[in-house]
Amino acid sequence: MGELRLMKGNEAIAEAAIRAGCDGYFGYPITPQSEVMEYLMAEKPYESTGMVVLQAESEVASINMLYGGAGTGKIVMTSSSSPGISLMQEGISYLAGTQLPALIVNIVRGGPGLGTIQPSQADYNQAVKGGGHGDYHMIVYAPASVQEMADFVATGFKAAFKYRTPVMILSDGAIGQMMEKVYLSDPVPRRTEEEIISQCPWATTGRPPTRDHNIITSLDLDPAGQERLNLVLQEKYRKIEENEVMYEEIECEDAEYIFTAFGLSARICQKAIELAREKGINVGLFRPITLFPFPKKEIRELGRKVKGIMVVEMNAGQMIEDVRLSVDSDIPIEHYGRFGGIIPTPDEIVNVLENKIIGD
Amino acid sequence: MTEEIIIAGFGGQGVLSMGKILAYSGVMQDQEVSWMPSYGPEMRGGTANVTVIVSDERISSPILNKFDTAIILNQQSMDKFEDSVKPGGLLIFDPNGITRFPKRKDINIYSIAASDEAGKLGLSIVFNMMVLGGFLKLKPIVNLENIHKGLEKSLPSRHHKLIPDNEKAIGIGMELIQPIQVLES
Repeated sequence: MGELRLMKGNEAIAEAAIRAGCDGYFGYPITPQSEVMEYLMAEKPYESTGMVVLQAESEVASINMLYGGAGTGKIVMTSSSSPGISLMQEGISYLAGTQLPALIVNIVRGGPGLGTIQPSQADYNQAVKGGGHGDYHMIVYAPASVQEMADFVATGFKAAFKYRTPVMILSDGAIGQMMEKVYLSDPVPRRTEEEIISQCPWATTGRPPTRDHNIITSLDLDPAGQERLNLVLQEKYRKIEENEVMYEEIECEDAEYIFTAFGLSARICQKAIELAREKGINVGLFRPITLFPFPKKEIRELGRKVKGIMVVEMNAGQMIEDVRLSVDSDIPIEHYGRFGGIIPTPDEIVNVLENKIIGD
Repeated sequence: MTEEIIIAGFGGQGVLSMGKILAYSGVMQDQEVSWMPSYGPEMRGGTANVTVIVSDERISSPILNKFDTAIILNQQSMDKFEDSVKPGGLLIFDPNGITRFPKRKDINIYSIAASDEAGKLGLSIVFNMMVLGGFLKLKPIVNLENIHKGLEKSLPSRHHKLIPDNEKAIGIGMELIQPIQVLES
């Protein structure tokens, strides 16, 4: 089961990266995720595994360092929080356009603008629908516990290389700052140069006489060429939708109503389920773990069995659009959200369920 | 068993570390735990609080608005959290600096003059452990052996020489805590 520790979510991400054989972390401090780099700097993996840990001069610099590292086939990551992630959007679009693997962690805080340092889920659309320019997606994981913060690092690296795509862990300040038990998996060694050359034939690892230059660019002035690239990307996203969907159903077997929530909101909804069931309301939780690919089929099927769905998010209603696009039955689908760093309470959620969904 | 606790006071009183030691002791006892600190603007304002949950079962929300126990170490926290104690729940406070005593009639209230006592004994650095001792006297959710392991795990090794003082403080706190209002059970 691995080594047991009590850790903050941010620390778990950092430790998991070292153990997953990460080659390089590039970042710039911002609350509420600065512990990721703090932890790495204290652990000094550059002295043990040889992993590079570098504080860049800005978020724009860190995402472009990621771009360079990914181009050479290295396992690279960055982390930031909402305003910093906004600065990285150009680089993320380039990573998608050049089909490079990289892991980006967003410990979301309340916005818009500089906002607040308190937790939020208002970056759902930015993470899931693009954020940068062009038709692209990232695979987006939404951890709801410190254990998942750790687990999704290795999962994310694996998916990034499998599909040659940027991957995001979309979490929030609360899960970043809180401590829970975490079982850490055993460390895997960083890949050797030879392994990288054989596993990443696309990478700029130095041209041997046996092949042409590998060129990494997202520029193709010929529209036909650019359309071909887009078709390749779209085919890749359909494969991701077929193979990578992750979700969790909690107490859905006998549920008449369901909450749909991701990340921290899903944890709070679990408390709301306890309170609602004490009142005799049979409610369950559908938790998308991957936000892209969204578990469309699964929630559609659940929607055919229940009397109503309440989407709980720490935003003004973003994931609810994907729920509405997926569900095809004629049931009420309502949203409850708090914004700007305010966290909804379990009591509030039960009240809204009673008034907005059941009351109908 | 699930115990949902808020510990609240000034920054520097050891609020977060008291919660961490309690949480780590729960881990040593093979229980589920969560530790959710205030890290936002309230910290910049000088107050600190932490929600600790220790449970035999998987923990649902790490963030709560109702608690089984509130451990309150300053007036601001009394104002903010007295109403958050569940009916029948427990409120423990250190009277030092408290200008308005708790008014609730439906909860158990205990007082622990830990900051005065710790000052007299020259143990101010482990004041928080006296308070923890008082709590554990009333709700022994973790045993002393696991507290010892929790201290070893949560304190950096350069502070391990302070473990005996920490444990002494827990014992003093157990003696020091006084009932103010105890509900008929």
